[in-house]
Amino acid sequence: MELLKINNLKVAIEDKLIIKGLNLTINLGEVHAIMGPNGTGKSTLANVLAGKPGYDVLEGEIIFMGKNLLEMEPEERAREGIFLAFQYPVEIPGVTNANFMKTAVNEIRKYRQLEPLDAFDFLQLMKERAALVGLDASYLQRNVNEGFSGGEKKRNEIFQLAMLEPKLAILDETDSGLDIDALKIVANGVNSLRSPERSFLVITHYQRLLNYLTPDFVHVMYDGRIVLSGTKELALELESKGYDWLRNGNNGSK
Amino acid sequence: MPNDELLKEITEQEYKYGFVAPIEQEFAPKGLNEDIIRFIWEKKKEPPFMLEWRLKAFRYWKSMQEPHWAKVEYPPIDYQDIYYYAAPKKLKEKPKSLDEVDPEILRTFEKLGIPLREQEILAGVAVDAVLDSVSVATTFKEKLEELGIIFCSINEAIRNHPDLVQKYLGSVVPYTDNFFAALNSAVFSDGSFVYVPKGVRCPMELSTYFRINASETGQFERTLIIADEGSYVSYLEGCTAPIRDENQLHAAVVELIALKDAEIKYSTVQNWYPGDKEGRGGIYNFVTKRGICLGENSKISWTQVETGSAITWKYPSCILKGDNSVGEFYSIAITNNYQQADTGTKMIHLGKNTRSRIVSKGIAAGRSNNSYRGLVQISKKAVGARNYSQCDSLLIGDKCGAHTFPYIEVNNSNSIVEHEATTSKISDEILFYCNQRGISKEDAIGLIVNGFSREVLNQLPMEFAVEAQKLLSVSLEGSVG
Repeated sequence: MELLKINNLKVAIEDKLIIKGLNLTINLGEVHAIMGPNGTGKSTLANVLAGKPGYDVLEGEIIFMGKNLLEMEPEERAREGIFLAFQYPVEIPGVTNANFMKTAVNEIRKYRQLEPLDAFDFLQLMKERAALVGLDASYLQRNVNEGFSGGEKKRNEIFQLAMLEPKLAILDETDSGLDIDALKIVANGVNSLRSPERSFLVITHYQRLLNYLTPDFVHVMYDGRIVLSGTKELALELESKGYDWLRNGNNGSK
Repeated sequence: MPNDELLKEITEQEYKYGFVAPIEQEFAPKGLNEDIIRFIWEKKKEPPFMLEWRLKAFRYWKSMQEPHWAKVEYPPIDYQDIYYYAAPKKLKEKPKSLDEVDPEILRTFEKLGIPLREQEILAGVAVDAVLDSVSVATTFKEKLEELGIIFCSINEAIRNHPDLVQKYLGSVVPYTDNFFAALNSAVFSDGSFVYVPKGVRCPMELSTYFRINASETGQFERTLIIADEGSYVSYLEGCTAPIRDENQLHAAVVELIALKDAEIKYSTVQNWYPGDKEGRGGIYNFVTKRGICLGENSKISWTQVETGSAITWKYPSCILKGDNSVGEFYSIAITNNYQQADTGTKMIHLGKNTRSRIVSKGIAAGRSNNSYRGLVQISKKAVGARNYSQCDSLLIGDKCGAHTFPYIEVNNSNSIVEHEATTSKISDEILFYCNQRGISKEDAIGLIVNGFSREVLNQLPMEFAVEAQKLLSVSLEGSVG
């Protein structure tokens, strides 16, 4: 089943064209990785999918589960099942992780016409999902990301992913700034959340995350377009040849 | 009530207390002179000592200058263009029972969510209702009298308990204290009076509800609370006013006296009309509130939720005279649109081993300005004194301001003073992060503001905590684009 279809997407930030005609189709249950040098529009794509303000979509369309995504408010997209694991998660003063997740889970359940979870079920669920990424239960009573280390913030993103059970999870450079142990924990968390009912779009600069998280497809983004698509072997090839290989004119699709 | 319903309810309403009730009023002529003071004194049928006191205050006031040290700005106030006395016409004498109260007045308070009919009142709360310049009804009076507790309008107290009033009125806030206290002393017309006798624990919340209804009228209420040795009382005041284009002056004085081993808990939910989105109209709330812990081991605790008024200028303070006495100040001040608030506290440590705790939460949105101003003063004799202060500010948007002016004076070498301060901002990034988790902007702000204010909200009596929580969100409505 086709989950996400992006057709000829063109996006500008303050009159500067960043994404210059991008096409991508993701079926339910697939894991796609997008690689590419810095400044080619990878994070812009993640933000546009999530509906972050400040981006001008000039052309193209994004269809998510048969609906026009670009007409939806960011919170509506989230309730429809789009989750973005942020590259730089923010701290929220005065709001505990537990309270934040409770509000989010119940908003999404309400949208899907489900009863809110009661306190007991919710607590159970939280403990179980926190264990997936090795997040100690004490973190749940701390304010969202406040005083968390870089690794803890990223683990918290995957914990939230586990709580909200999205259809499409976008991981924006989740591996950046992580040491190898933290990277393994995050990757294991993501692997345990893979399901035929869920797709992933993994954005990364380096290949190393893909050693732990085997993608079904790898795309290479360069200068606002997807210039190469293939399977996981493409990531390895890219790793050995470097991004300069792209600059030397090899931009046909495989 | 679940959070989301609560927020839905409140995000769909404007200032809902902005109506004007069609109650016929009797006014004293506009302006202020000795004849007006005599008029008020006569109307109130007060004993001679009060006239003398009021005139002294008035003469002193005339020699004073309006203070301008606070971080607030407003056009000059014409003190001769204000009605200093307004009373519902049909209310010649305070009614003996609620059946005698003008039904229009009862309806006004019902609309405000303050039903005065005793059977409808929240269990365990006695209410004194003050409309413009007079107290219109006091509930549960008899039940309290059985315990020897006096809860009545200050006007009744002046007539029926002149000894207590003469002993304590002006003992904590003398009329020489400041410009607005002097003005209040000269012209105050009503307010509440509480006396709790020795060893009595007041079994219910005492509450006064202040309402400005008449136009171009100043409200000058006076509250005096005395907790005798070993007694306890919890008191709450609420305030609202109609929506009007003009600014109205509210200059109240509150005095608290706690004797040995006594405790007074004073909570305020202030929701005077704040003015419209362009900053037109609203109440000038210039208030002097001060308590004295006169006896050993006594305690005074102020909790305030300040959401209304165009300008708030107010510093509920504690004079810790008795050894081992305790002062507390918990405050949430919210400003939105063009509101200005300069609020805080003074903790004056005089006795040995006195302790004070200050928790101030300022929330600024729109183009508003929110200042905390506080003084912690530890005298030479206050050995072993301790203070802990925490001042947190939360900014919503980038056109508002939060300011902190802490003053600390320590005059001995074995006291401990701690001060912590933080500033946070609800940025667009935070709002987007919440949106991305399925939470709308309004709910996100509600979540953050309530979390930020929790420590203070927890100090309020249960019923009022819910009310205050709603108010916080209403006040911030429209604060994000």
